[in-house]
Amino acid sequence: MSEAVLYDAAGPRGRRRILIGSIAGGLLVVLAVGAAVARLAANGGFEAERWRVLTQSDLQRLLGRGLVATLRAALVAMVLAMAVGGLLAVARLSRRRWLSMPAGAWVELFRGLPLLLLILFIFLGLPAAGITVSTFWALVAGLTLYNSAVLGEIFRAGILSLSKGQTEAAYSIGLRRGQTLRLILIPQAVRRMLPALISQLVTLLKDTSLGFVIAYAELLRNGRNAVEFLGGPYSIPIYTAIAVIYIAVNASLSFLARWLDRRTQRRYGRTVQPSVADEAA
Amino acid sequence: MDAVLDNLDTFRQGFVATLALTVVSTVLALSLGTLLAAMRVSPVTTLRAAGATYVEVVRNTPLTVVFFFAVFVLPQVDIRLSFFTFAVIAVSVYHAAFFCEAVRSGINSVGVGQAEAARSIGLTFTQSLRLIVLPQAFRTVIPPLINVVIALTKNTSIAAAFGVVELTAVTTRLANANSDAVLAIFLGGAACYLALTLPSGWLAGRLERRLAVAR
Repeated sequence: MSEAVLYDAAGPRGRRRILIGSIAGGLLVVLAVGAAVARLAANGGFEAERWRVLTQSDLQRLLGRGLVATLRAALVAMVLAMAVGGLLAVARLSRRRWLSMPAGAWVELFRGLPLLLLILFIFLGLPAAGITVSTFWALVAGLTLYNSAVLGEIFRAGILSLSKGQTEAAYSIGLRRGQTLRLILIPQAVRRMLPALISQLVTLLKDTSLGFVIAYAELLRNGRNAVEFLGGPYSIPIYTAIAVIYIAVNASLSFLARWLDRRTQRRYGRTVQPSVADEAA
Repeated sequence: MDAVLDNLDTFRQGFVATLALTVVSTVLALSLGTLLAAMRVSPVTTLRAAGATYVEVVRNTPLTVVFFFAVFVLPQVDIRLSFFTFAVIAVSVYHAAFFCEAVRSGINSVGVGQAEAARSIGLTFTQSLRLIVLPQAFRTVIPPLINVVIALTKNTSIAAAFGVVELTAVTTRLANANSDAVLAIFLGGAACYLALTLPSGWLAGRLERRLAVAR
């Protein structure tokens, strides 16, 4: 938006300068990429034999199974986190302090802790208390605790983003608080937060890779096992393939979120914008 | 509780390592991120494209995968460094993309009218950026930047899985050694993280509210 306003549409001299800058900048980028490529090539990073490993059907099946395990953990955790997050948002908006205070404390606590610490706590702490827990559920439980706090805040922002007139109109036709929330506010808020929900799903999907630490057999763990079996030189093709898979899945989800965001903004006005920091964690 | 008090010194070492990792990575990532943001708002097409590609690739890659490239792939091309340095590289490379987006959205949040007014009184691109847009963007951008630093602090925990003895690694080790006091040990580790993240979060929230009134 304001990017276009920072500078005038360039005249002939400006265009020439931008062209020179583009060529110089392009050269710099090419130089940096070229240096990395040369380094890789000098260490045999481009030997066809190494990359041919990706055509092996065993490896493809292993990575395929890993991707399925990754998606399964992400989807289960997303559904659970949305359920808990929804309850948290309603509790936090409640006028009863015994409901809103604990919900607020839950959000502050679990947003402030590293996800890995939560996962490790469940994975090591529950067995110490005599409860056995599988790697899958340790990962899903950790993801759910953390993301319920983040999603709770997104839900709350969605409800608070609605104009006050909606609540006032609902009260004036005699609806109670609970009815107002259920019949008037939530249906409208859901539309505004859908794009933010999808981009949180991208973050959650990225975070399933922490399952690698507790040896849950997801995409990254399976790739690591393959490299340990085949040997270090194969780390370059295999990890590159894994990165490409993550980027392909997440970029399509991000694309969907952006498309939905534009469409929703056109039809219903505002949407809830996910914070940059939530995407990073 | 005794298990925590007996190992206070170990916790302190972990805390210091986490803090060091956070500070060094923040400085590097913020510098790289600001550079990327400048590239993305510049009129030079190739730089814009390079910046956009970097951000798109990194934000869709898990930090764990970035760690894999740093720790397992760099040695394959004969770059051998300490685990701590590898962790700094991975954390900085990853968070630079998010710092970039925070700075860029700050620049974009300055009203179009401001830049138009600056240009209409004859300021050049550099002048309007330096005198009008950036001073305002700087204020809106502080709370999101603090939030990214908080995310970075939490994400340094992943370095525990790659040989860096920081807070999470220390907590896990102590928990394995004192199986009768796992809960207390984890509460101790959690308290250390909260001591870093909660005050920063409140600061970000306060600044956000104050600046919102000023606008």
